[in-house]
Amino acid sequence: MKSVICMALLVLSGAAAAQVDLVGDWRVIYHEDRIERAPGPEIGDFTGLPLNEAGRRRGLSWSASLLTVPEHQCTPHPANYAAMHSNLRIWKEVDPQSLETIAWHLLHESYNRFRVVYMDGRPRPGDDERHTWQGFSTGRWVGNALEITTTDMKESRIRRNGVEHSDEAVLVEFLTRHGEILTLISILNDPHSLEEPYIHTRNFVLNTNQRMRPYPCRGTVEIDRPRGLVPHFLPGENPFMETYQKNHGIPAEAALGGAATTLPEYRERLRELLSSGESR
Amino acid sequence: MGQSLRTTHVEGPIWLISGAGGNVVVSAGDNGILLVDSGSAEYSADLLQEIESISDGTIRYIVNTRLHPDRVGGNAALRAAGDTFTGGNATQIGGVDVGAAVIGHENLMLRMVLDADYDAGLQPTETFFVPRFDLYFNSEPVEVIHQPNAIDDTNLIVHFRRSDVIAAGDVFRLDSWPYIDLDNGGSIDGVLDSLNDLVDLAVADTLSEGGTLIVPGRGRICDEGDLVRYRDMVTVIRDRIRTWMDRGMSLDEIRQAEPAFEYESRYGRRDDWTAEMFIEAVYLSLSSPSR
Repeated sequence: MKSVICMALLVLSGAAAAQVDLVGDWRVIYHEDRIERAPGPEIGDFTGLPLNEAGRRRGLSWSASLLTVPEHQCTPHPANYAAMHSNLRIWKEVDPQSLETIAWHLLHESYNRFRVVYMDGRPRPGDDERHTWQGFSTGRWVGNALEITTTDMKESRIRRNGVEHSDEAVLVEFLTRHGEILTLISILNDPHSLEEPYIHTRNFVLNTNQRMRPYPCRGTVEIDRPRGLVPHFLPGENPFMETYQKNHGIPAEAALGGAATTLPEYRERLRELLSSGESR
Repeated sequence: MGQSLRTTHVEGPIWLISGAGGNVVVSAGDNGILLVDSGSAEYSADLLQEIESISDGTIRYIVNTRLHPDRVGGNAALRAAGDTFTGGNATQIGGVDVGAAVIGHENLMLRMVLDADYDAGLQPTETFFVPRFDLYFNSEPVEVIHQPNAIDDTNLIVHFRRSDVIAAGDVFRLDSWPYIDLDNGGSIDGVLDSLNDLVDLAVADTLSEGGTLIVPGRGRICDEGDLVRYRDMVTVIRDRIRTWMDRGMSLDEIRQAEPAFEYESRYGRRDDWTAEMFIEAVYLSLSSPSR
C-alpha cells in the first residue's frame, strides 16, 4: 500500500505544474474501511495503524465512557480525521487584483470543520500561539496535486477508539482530482504515538446537489458522577480488549497494530499466526 | 529587546511574554500594567524591555502564582520599576515612591520569610488569606483565586473576566507534568482540584474551540480542549498509582509498572522533573493525605 502511494506521489511530482480546480461539493465514498469510518471502529481494533508502544497502551486504556464526560462530548474531528466520514465542500479565495488563489477553504460536514489552506506563503504561527483542532495549513502545488502541510494541531484522535496523536503531530496531505473523483492522501507523522507515518487515502465524488447541514453541539451532564472523573482502564485490565480479536478471529499481534503489521509481507506472518491457532 | 523572550497577544489588554523563566502574563491598559509573575531574576532587564514594547504604562501590580524563583525572581526589579496606586498617609508630599504592589497569598509570605533563598525584596507587599482576592483593572474584574495545596500552598490562578483569559500558573504546563512541591504544602489531589477548577471556569466556544483562553505556566496559549486533555492525563496517572497502592504495591513496583508510560515521550523531557520524580511525588502525596 505504502509503495503504491509513494509511486503515485512520484508520478504526481513529475507532472507539469498545473493547478487543478478543486472547487465543488464532494460526497464521501465509503468503499475503503467502511466499518471504521461509518459506524465506528471496534474497541481494541488497531489494525493497520503503525502504533508505537506508547500509542498502543494509550488506546488500550481508553474507555468509551469518556465520551459521556461533558467536556469531551463536543470534541470535533481534527484535520487528520475529518475526511473519514464526512462530505466535503471546497472553495477558493482569490486575490482581487492578481486573481491568484491565496487560500483554499475546506468544510467537512461532520462537526462543521472549517479548514483554511493558505497559499500566500505566510509563516507558521509563533510557538506561543494557540493550537486548534484543524491546525494551521499551508499549500503548494506538486504537479496536479495540492500538497497541504498542517501543524499546530491539538492532541486528538487518530481512530475513534482511543488512539490519539500528540499536539506535535504533523499532517501532510495530497489532494488530486480525476474528473469527478477527488482523492485525499493523508500522511500523519507523530513521534509520540507512531512508529512510522500513518498513511491512508479517502475518495470523494462530485455532487452538485449536495446540501451541507449545520452541526450544533453543546455538552451536558448526563450522568451524576464525582467531579473530575475521567473514565479509563488500568493497563492490562481493559475487559473489552480481546473482544474484537475473538469476534473476528484476529491474532492479538495483528489487532494491536504496529508498523510491521501495515506492510504487505505481514500477510505471511498472519498466516503463520492463524495456522498456529493464535487467534482462537 | 531581550533575544530569548517572546511577546504574543492573547486577548484584549492581555499579553503573554515567554522565555523569562516561566510565562509572564501582562495586562496593559489605561490603568497601567498588571503582571502575573515576574520571571527569573536574571531576565528582569529583558522582561522590562519586553513590557515597554507592549506599553509605556506604569507597572502597578505583580501577582505571584507560587513560590518559585522563576515566578517571584523578578519581583524586586519590576517592583522598583513600577508604582502602585496609593494615597493618604502612605504618600509623601511630592509623590509616591513605593513601587508596584506585589500580591501573593499569605502562605507565600510565610514560606518566603522562612526560606533563606528568598530575600526581603522579593516578598509580597500585599497578602490575603481568604479564598479569593479581586480588583478592577484595565476595565475588567481580575479575580485572584487561591488553589489550596496544589503545587504548593501558595498557589494562585488569575482570571481576567472581561477578556476571559486565565493565567493558570504552573499547575498547567505544557512542557512537563505538574510539579508537586510536597515540602511546601503541595499534593496531587490539590493539583487535580485546581485543574478541575480551571475546567469549571473555562467555557469553550462552538465545538470545543476557543472561548476562554488559558495561559499555562509554561508553553503556548491554550483553551479548554488542551486543558481537559492535560487534566485527563494527570487523573489517569493518579488513578493508576492510587489503585496499585490500594493493592499493596510498593513504590518500586509501581515505578516498574510505568504508570506514566504513554505520556513520557511528550511530558517527561525535563531532567529536573522526570517521570520517576513525578511518580514518586504522587506516591508520597497519596501516602500522606494530610500533606
